Amino acid sequence: MSIVKSLLAGVAVLGLVPVLAPTPAHADPALVFDLGGKFDKSFNEAAYRGAERWKAETGGTYKELEMQSEAQREQALRMLAQTGSNPIVTTGFAFGEVLNKVAPDYPDTRFVVIDTAVDQPNVQSVVFAEEQGSYLAGILAAMASESGTVSFIGGMDIPLIRKFECGFVQGVKATDAEARVIVNYTGTTPAAWNDPVKGAELTRAQKGQGSDIVYAAAGGTGIGVLQAAADEGMLAIGVDSNQNHMHPGQILTSMEKAVDNSVYEAFRLGVDTPPGVKLMDLASEGVRLSMDEHNAPLITDEMTAALEAATAAIVSGEIAVHDYMTDNACPVR
Amino acid sequence: MEPLPRWADMVLTPLISVLLAFAISALVILAIGENPWEALKVMVAGALGSSYGWGFTLYYATNFVFTGLAVSVAYHAGLFNIGGEGQAVLGGLGVALACLFIPWPHWSLALIGAGAAGALFGAAWALIPAILQARRGSHIVITTIMFNFIAAALLNHMLVNVLRPTGSMDPATRAFPPATHLPTLSQMAAGLGLDWGRHTPANVSLFVAVLACVLVWLLIWRTRLGYEIRAFGKSEPAALYAGISPTRITVLAMLISGGLAGLMAVNNVMGEAERLVLNAVEGAGFIGIAVALMGRNHPLGVALAALLFGFLYQGGGTLALFTQIPRELITVIQALVILFTGALDNMVRMPLARLFALHRKRGA
Repeated sequence: MSIVKSLLAGVAVLGLVPVLAPTPAHADPALVFDLGGKFDKSFNEAAYRGAERWKAETGGTYKELEMQSEAQREQALRMLAQTGSNPIVTTGFAFGEVLNKVAPDYPDTRFVVIDTAVDQPNVQSVVFAEEQGSYLAGILAAMASESGTVSFIGGMDIPLIRKFECGFVQGVKATDAEARVIVNYTGTTPAAWNDPVKGAELTRAQKGQGSDIVYAAAGGTGIGVLQAAADEGMLAIGVDSNQNHMHPGQILTSMEKAVDNSVYEAFRLGVDTPPGVKLMDLASEGVRLSMDEHNAPLITDEMTAALEAATAAIVSGEIAVHDYMTDNACPVR
Repeated sequence: MEPLPRWADMVLTPLISVLLAFAISALVILAIGENPWEALKVMVAGALGSSYGWGFTLYYATNFVFTGLAVSVAYHAGLFNIGGEGQAVLGGLGVALACLFIPWPHWSLALIGAGAAGALFGAAWALIPAILQARRGSHIVITTIMFNFIAAALLNHMLVNVLRPTGSMDPATRAFPPATHLPTLSQMAAGLGLDWGRHTPANVSLFVAVLACVLVWLLIWRTRLGYEIRAFGKSEPAALYAGISPTRITVLAMLISGGLAGLMAVNNVMGEAERLVLNAVEGAGFIGIAVALMGRNHPLGVALAALLFGFLYQGGGTLALFTQIPRELITVIQALVILFTGALDNMVRMPLARLFALHRKRGA
């Protein structure tokens, strides 16, 4: 009998019995990480930082879950919604399709999805203009390069990373039409996000082909890229978070995505988080280049002026950076 | 030494091995400062404590039955097929193409057609390593594992460049048309007036898996081809002497093996996701090796082992989702189960055999 009881208790605790899960008056927010993502020193970790900042400032508590398998996405979202978490922030485009299924069943719960757009009345979609930030990184790379050859290392070969690549190449070519851009991807499986050794190898290979500036958009693999670039006397460009401090004086800049801010904002606004698409671009400072004391010696006045001019032109619409996602193609190579 | 009675060989030995694995796992959980009893309770409640948990456990088990059978069939021919992962990836591609581009009138026809496409693609992926092994002696372990990476790259290319709808961030196909959606077990239960496992992915493919178990049993132990496969697996020179063609058996066994792995896609791609995603197989091809080892390459054993691993997957997922125990620990538990049931099998078997021999002597 006691076993049965404790089993039932376990089930109830897990919120697997919908009837036993009323919505509490005060709702805690929740943050859901994608498969194995939480501490990737990059995208997911930025989301975590945003949630921790909210926690430190408000003293509130939040729930967090990390996916273990594809089939669990729906399970996890339903569980959180049923136990009254609100809002529920999910990181990564893989949640898009699932939210289309789950969100209509919980109209009073606010969902936030980062990196893809979901058209539901209770979902906020946070999308970043990575092409704009990468364009600026390209300008900087072209100006800082002495060899006239720069390079890009992507993580897994997926559309999102091609968006980075395309923006970067456009920025380079706009500054120096003769410049050569070498592009490599780490792999075609999720392991490509966490392979610093291969990242370092690719960096050395690109150095061998004449590159002296390397831009890494590769999650945990980027750590190897930055390290190898520092060892080889190249300059590197970091991604997602400000990575300038990792090798001071040898990282030209970092292309920051304000993932932390969007999580923080959603947690702060709670159920009042407005639905619809929230575009994080240069104008809203959703993407930007990191400038701090670590890379100050590398940035000339000329570069600063060029960046300011390009930023103003992009914000005003004078320069339209092509977004790879619109037609699955990049105009320059 | 006298052999163990059949029931002890099939049931008792794996059971003791699993218990040993759990005992060591409990020590590991203790070592990281958590309560193993609580952990077990969470796992059991999450995987078996409700129809909801069962819905997931059976879903995972269905995957493992297919890949487990795939490994077993090849194993009977003395071939170690490590390529179940890649063959299942290709099976997913076959199922997706069939579902997307053929206008099926009803799910039952779609299941047959898409299942055939999945099996065909999986078998085709196993064909090249099989021919390389049979004709050139390129070791099947090396070639099949390399083909896993080629399959991943091929799927990536297809999803990123060919099948992905324009403007979609997710490297996945569009959703399959509603006519191809397989009924889930919960829908079938609802048809009988039962409220069972709502929102769970277990679906009609479970019955396909059971059917596959029966067919594999018939094939291996009741057909001429099965006899040839087993004879070849036991001794190649003897099979050759008996007039069995090594090339033919190698190729046929690998085709069946790859086809079974490819058939898995009716469960995860057609039954669950209803579209093809990049990470559809999720390592089920490798789990299949453990399932076949533990199930002693017998369909019934494979089915039971698949159920155990389904429990570990779902229970472990619940554990990682809702407690502070890290997900890596689930991998540790799975590894211990594989270690004890596969590698350390004789550690349990030998003393057990001695015990039985002693008992028999006393009885006589």
